Amino acid sequence: MTNATESRRRWMSVLAQASPDELEARWREVEAPPRHRMLRRPETGLVMVRGRAGGSGVRFNMGEVTVTRCAVELEGGAIGCAYIRGRDPRHAELAAVLDALLQNPARRESLESAVVQPLAAAQAARRRAAAERVAPSKVEFFTMVRGDE
Amino acid sequence: MLPGLADPTLDSQRVFRSVLEAISRPGRIVDVPAALQAPAPLHPASAAVCLTLLDYDTPLWLDDASARPDVVEWLTFHCSMPLAAEPAAAPFALVADAARMPGLEAFEAGTADHPERSATLIVQAQALIGGTGRRLTGPGIAGEERLDVAGLPAPFWAWASENHARFPRGVDLFLTAGRVIAALPRSTRVEG
Repeated sequence: MTNATESRRRWMSVLAQASPDELEARWREVEAPPRHRMLRRPETGLVMVRGRAGGSGVRFNMGEVTVTRCAVELEGGAIGCAYIRGRDPRHAELAAVLDALLQNPARRESLESAVVQPLAAAQAARRRAAAERVAPSKVEFFTMVRGDE
Repeated sequence: MLPGLADPTLDSQRVFRSVLEAISRPGRIVDVPAALQAPAPLHPASAAVCLTLLDYDTPLWLDDASARPDVVEWLTFHCSMPLAAEPAAAPFALVADAARMPGLEAFEAGTADHPERSATLIVQAQALIGGTGRRLTGPGIAGEERLDVAGLPAPFWAWASENHARFPRGVDLFLTAGRVIAALPRSTRVEG
């Protein structure tokens, strides 16, 4: 996979997992917000999430998750997409606009530091807090090794 | 890239209603109610019918005139349909330049057991003129309907007669021009 795809995948993930309020707050600080038109208005549907037992077993359907997607085009012709969990059309729209903006190398750096990195930091902090909250209840299972082997 | 239907749900329902009206009344010219900016060379009517009928389950064959990168990108984005390399392998075909279209026998006509496995063609012409031209009779037509189409290749109406002759096999056609469509299903007899 190319580097460009990898970094786009990363910021799309951060934008999709941001809380709508945080995203809205960051968006208000974006300089010269561009005008955009909808290629695909926010629409909500279901996506089947699949898993593998143990990460390597047979694939199975875990359950359906509500997803809202959106695609926009900025005035310069850049196209941005977003797929977010849940049914918040504004979240999908903002994530799509930011995805389009981030593809512009001239704006990427300032947006990365003003929008993506703070959101990623907030998400990491939430994840850490959740991990710390549940860590004390973690149970370690041991398999006893039989002496005759 | 251009947007698709302004209201994907309601607009495609309206367009579907017009498609249903057209195929129920072969030869009648029906307005396609969609305010749509379609990528050249597609007309609004043929583009709206594509957006309404196509999805990931319906491979589409494009003629040379419509197989342009921006058209393919637009259709693929809004319909997610796969592309078919050969006309014989496609349940839907879009012909933007009717004058150079292949004969109707090039498309899948279904089998005697499964006539529904046949192709539906969206053929873009220059103009549809009602009340004059070929005499159409058959199911859905009270008495007769008359239809003239500008921009079709010379042997087209002979193809249409042959298409009717192999009923229940055969292809169904939507003729489009600008913002209107008319249907020519295999059940319609063409004379004159």
